[in-house]
Amino acid sequence: MTSSINPDRLSPALRTEALEQLLTERGLVDPAVMDKFISTYENDVGPLNGAKVVAKAWTDPEYRARLLAEGTGAIKELGFAGPQGEHIVVLENTAALHNVVTCTLCSCYPWPVLGLPPSWYKDPVYRARIVREPRTVLAEMGLELVADVEVKVWDSSSEVRYLVLPLRPAGTEGASEEELTALVTRDMMVGVAR
Amino acid sequence: MGSIAQMGGTDGWGRASAPTLDEPVFAESWEGRAFAMTLLTMGRISGRNLDSFRHALGSLSREDYLDDGYYGRWLNAAELMLTESAILAPGAVDARVRANRGEQVDEPPAPEQDAKPDYKPTAAGSLRTVEDPPRFAVGDRVAAKDVDPTGHTQLVGYLRGRTGAVTIIQPAALLPDTHAHFEGENPQHVYAVAFDSRELWGPDAEAFTLTADLYDSYLEPA
Repeated sequence: MTSSINPDRLSPALRTEALEQLLTERGLVDPAVMDKFISTYENDVGPLNGAKVVAKAWTDPEYRARLLAEGTGAIKELGFAGPQGEHIVVLENTAALHNVVTCTLCSCYPWPVLGLPPSWYKDPVYRARIVREPRTVLAEMGLELVADVEVKVWDSSSEVRYLVLPLRPAGTEGASEEELTALVTRDMMVGVAR
Repeated sequence: MGSIAQMGGTDGWGRASAPTLDEPVFAESWEGRAFAMTLLTMGRISGRNLDSFRHALGSLSREDYLDDGYYGRWLNAAELMLTESAILAPGAVDARVRANRGEQVDEPPAPEQDAKPDYKPTAAGSLRTVEDPPRFAVGDRVAAKDVDPTGHTQLVGYLRGRTGAVTIIQPAALLPDTHAHFEGENPQHVYAVAFDSRELWGPDAEAFTLTADLYDSYLEPA
């Protein structure tokens, strides 16, 4: 739901263009630096990073123990660190427990392992309701949890960021770390899939 | 609790839908430009910080927060930070849009003197060392204070006055409430506090546990 849109309102695309002109003319931004930021988050920093962390945890019990005890350091071992990743806590799903992460105040998200947040994570529907009726919201998003699975919702209201360690899928005993990486989705690592 | 950013538990937003697979990072190219410009605006250009950016977001009107989407609200908050720091004159962006499309418009000149806050962080990032030991231990019962601060806060509205238990002692961090307004870092201990859903939403609530991170001054013993 959004409020009715004022027809005189200038589009954000045109206002972004205007702001970039104003700042560039005065030497306050360098469009090449902007291009680099955009390219980094379009190409380099995304959920594949988190998937590598998860697949390693699925195949290496010592890494898994380090990841759960001190997430930030274990994630950094794989080379992933940076803005919105000062302190990352990893939440372990089990057969009896499901974790799901939100940020009701803005849309805080663990950028170094998941990249920038997807549209549903930033949507008022998710931010407002996942902390009030998570089982209903998850079902609307396609994840039906049986009643005896405990649900924990995490509202990222400080600089701590959360990453869900999903359950390793059944039947993947012989899979390599690389094959497992391909099975891990962004939605599993936020907790809207399992 | 007047800020539009306090969305947790609010009504009237409709149904959720299944996530789209392979959604682009930026649905339209302007979104990437707005993202990058806001990151540059926050520190380097406006002399402000992440918490004052969050405060700017929460200060937007409902229309400015919602109607242009997520990166639209970033753009609107960036413009607010730039005018508050007197880098841009009020109305400069809209005037440039109109000039770009051929309207006769007097673009306001840039302010002669900027008004960046006279404020520097003591270190990078938000984590800090606090010498005093944490006031609470894991397992302690605590209540989120039932207060309504006028400035910026990360004290989630729907938790105010509710009681839970400390489950993790997080690293100490600077306090957003003062940092956002350039009134000092005031580093504090931070606690993950778990609340039973029925404590938050009443006896008919779905069964679950809600955990949020709360700064020491947001809490009192329960």
